[in-house]
Amino acid sequence: MHETAFQIFVNALLANNFVLAMFLGLCPFLGVSGKLETAFPMGIATTFVMLVASLCAYGLNLLLTTFHLEFLRLISYIVIIASSVQLVEMVLKKYSPTLFRALGIYLPLITTNCAVLGVALFQTAREYDFIQSMTFSFGGGAGFTLALVLMASVRERLQLSSVPEVAQGTALSLMLAGILSLAFMGFAGLGG
Amino acid sequence: MSTIAAAPRTWDEFMEGIWKQNPVFVMVLGMCPTLAVTVSGVNALSMGVATSFVLVCSCALVSLMRSFTPKEVRIAVYIVIIATFVTVVDYAIQAISLALYDALGAFIQLIVVNCIILGRAEAHASKNAPVPAMINAAGMGVGFTIGLLALGVVREIFGAGTLFGVSLFSANFQPWVIMVLPPGGFFVLGSWLLLFSWWARRKEAQQNA
Repeated sequence: MHETAFQIFVNALLANNFVLAMFLGLCPFLGVSGKLETAFPMGIATTFVMLVASLCAYGLNLLLTTFHLEFLRLISYIVIIASSVQLVEMVLKKYSPTLFRALGIYLPLITTNCAVLGVALFQTAREYDFIQSMTFSFGGGAGFTLALVLMASVRERLQLSSVPEVAQGTALSLMLAGILSLAFMGFAGLGG
Repeated sequence: MSTIAAAPRTWDEFMEGIWKQNPVFVMVLGMCPTLAVTVSGVNALSMGVATSFVLVCSCALVSLMRSFTPKEVRIAVYIVIIATFVTVVDYAIQAISLALYDALGAFIQLIVVNCIILGRAEAHASKNAPVPAMINAAGMGVGFTIGLLALGVVREIFGAGTLFGVSLFSANFQPWVIMVLPPGGFFVLGSWLLLFSWWARRKEAQQNA
């Protein structure tokens, strides 16, 4: 069974959306989705880290397999992700200080985003080649951004409506996520 | 310090993670594995036990190393410690039950980025002696397992009509499939939080009356 790059992309973006179908990266999804203006940059930054991490993880996996050191995979992946977040931070600081300030505290927190580690682990488990890995991580990142933006838009609208006091806060966000996830189930089978 | 005075404190420390600061229902941490693996009671229980094991072991080691861990690189040290224990659990589950390993999938390895563990290491284990740190971690682990079970059991009963694999209803039962699909996870956890918030409010109102 050989998936084309396009199938992988559509699958990661919609049918198997990282947040709404695979439950990856829920902490930022619930935490940062309050406002649209923080949700979108957060999605972009995460996508970028995913791409860098996926690239590094691909190279690293080749190296580890050559030396039969597969049991070190998890430890090396997490170190790679932490350093690529640091790298992204430094590059952003140098070339785009405005964006760096806008993202603030959210940047270092990407290290503990399970969607990033998830990309690295899944691409290894499914034995994707280079092109497939990059498409997969880009699709996953785009899907994460899409879910975050959708959620933030709905929550901004909800601030204007009267919600029963009991349901306010996390309970309401989870119900919303459930409804979004239900909607995304309609994409099932799209990527073939 | 006498043992009589110490016992209730130890007990409080343990109970804190189970009730007052329950990681799933009160702090809403570690959501990804909570929602992803709780399609059945067995999965929920094994995930809870695996996470608790990593939690207790890493907190003990972090606490033992707390006096000579350089402050600047402590997070990196914690992550490497946690990743080591997760690798141990990963290989252990693979050896014990391959079916379970397939059911839990990548979420065993994703225990590394579970914020409960890093949170405990940073907030408690790095400041306390090994024994209290382990007791606190064990309480958190049990609290997390209870949270997972609360979701797993509800989802399994409604979604498959079984409890720990034992059929509960007659053959006419129509499974409520949505419960074992992703949206069901969000709905069940949302309902639990709703229930707790309603209960807390009612208690508050009674106290004020």
